[in-house]
Amino acid sequence: MALIGVLRPGFVQMRVLDMPTAVEHYTNRIGLHHVTEGKDGRVYLKAADEFDHHSIVLRRAESSGLDLVSFKVREDADLNSFEKRIVEYGYPVDHVAAGEQPGIGRRIGFTIASGHRIELYAHAEQSEPKPRTHNPHIWEIEPHGMQARRFDHSLLYGPKIDENLDFFCKVLDFECAERVDMPDGLLAIWLSCGMKAHDIAFVKHPEPGKLHHVSFELENWGAIGHAADIMTHYDISIDLGPTRHGITRGQTIYFFDPSGNRNEVFAGGYTYYPDNPTRTWDETQIGKGIFYYERVMNEAFLSVVT
Amino acid sequence: MTVIFTIKVEGAGEAVCYEGERVLVALERAQGFGRLKGLFRKLPVGCRRGGCGVCRARVISGEYRHDPMSRAHVSEADEAAGLVLSCAIYPLSDLSLRFDIPQLKEAAYHAVTATPEE
Repeated sequence: MALIGVLRPGFVQMRVLDMPTAVEHYTNRIGLHHVTEGKDGRVYLKAADEFDHHSIVLRRAESSGLDLVSFKVREDADLNSFEKRIVEYGYPVDHVAAGEQPGIGRRIGFTIASGHRIELYAHAEQSEPKPRTHNPHIWEIEPHGMQARRFDHSLLYGPKIDENLDFFCKVLDFECAERVDMPDGLLAIWLSCGMKAHDIAFVKHPEPGKLHHVSFELENWGAIGHAADIMTHYDISIDLGPTRHGITRGQTIYFFDPSGNRNEVFAGGYTYYPDNPTRTWDETQIGKGIFYYERVMNEAFLSVVT
Repeated sequence: MTVIFTIKVEGAGEAVCYEGERVLVALERAQGFGRLKGLFRKLPVGCRRGGCGVCRARVISGEYRHDPMSRAHVSEADEAAGLVLSCAIYPLSDLSLRFDIPQLKEAAYHAVTATPEE
């Protein structure tokens, strides 16, 4: 298989209530690096194991939450072909000029049925720190904090996720790795554009455009335990974990940034191939699907969002 | 000297809150000790950082300082009227407060059962 079209989640832009505490959290605690700050005050961060310019953008705002999720496509021509398909599907597409975010080429953007802004871009400059490509070490800069290796995925909440499922599969060529069906309909979907069990996921929710979490990949279960030690030492608010998801099989902790946006540290998870059948869950086993060891959802899972 | 304040939750009971401690965190501890017996259900605990809005409460009396609170949940008018996110306030005196917001359970129920608007 060769990856074409949409490659991976590239970056998210998050709203934070206070910039200094947010930067402290995402750099010193989660383990990202500060790349640059824009003239408008947005701060650009990356993991040392990522090549591209940045993967997390922080914007100071009066409310917490998520501005956008941007996916990287293989080549510039993909932007034209996706724009045509998105418009044919019925969603208006807008254009963001190269350089609106430092190091990122032109982007196309659109709003999906759940009320979230999704973008695509093809070009990103590289930035330091990044992996060496000739005779590389395991890492070039010693990992710090929770030792996040990459921005991994996001879970978003909003209405009409049936339409999201249809759109992502038909127009952006994603596959549905797992889904939860309740007696009254579809509750949640996990979508993959590559070989991860999920690159973006959605849960049905009455309010549009909400964020459940932004997730960072760690190396293994040991790293999840180390992250939990850091969370207690620095009094980081924990939602749940360390535990495991039945869905995706990922090992996890849900916790919150200083503005109340939920983060996840995530390790493991199975390899997904696009010809794999969709795994399905029903009402009786949903607790095990979400939190495999607790076997019951906590109240916050369906109701605490930003 | 350690300064301790009393947080009275209307109809539920009282908690002790240390100076510099988030009110909601003090209430979580009190609930763990069984000291908020009158609370009709579990405390509405979400992000504990002023973002998600589930712990919104009205301060009936007392002084406090606060961290940033998401304007999606506490408008300037709300704030002037004593509405707060209880996770984001720190007591400067004894406090009396009331949880009078739609509770978590209701929100969770609607999330599962609401039919998408067409």
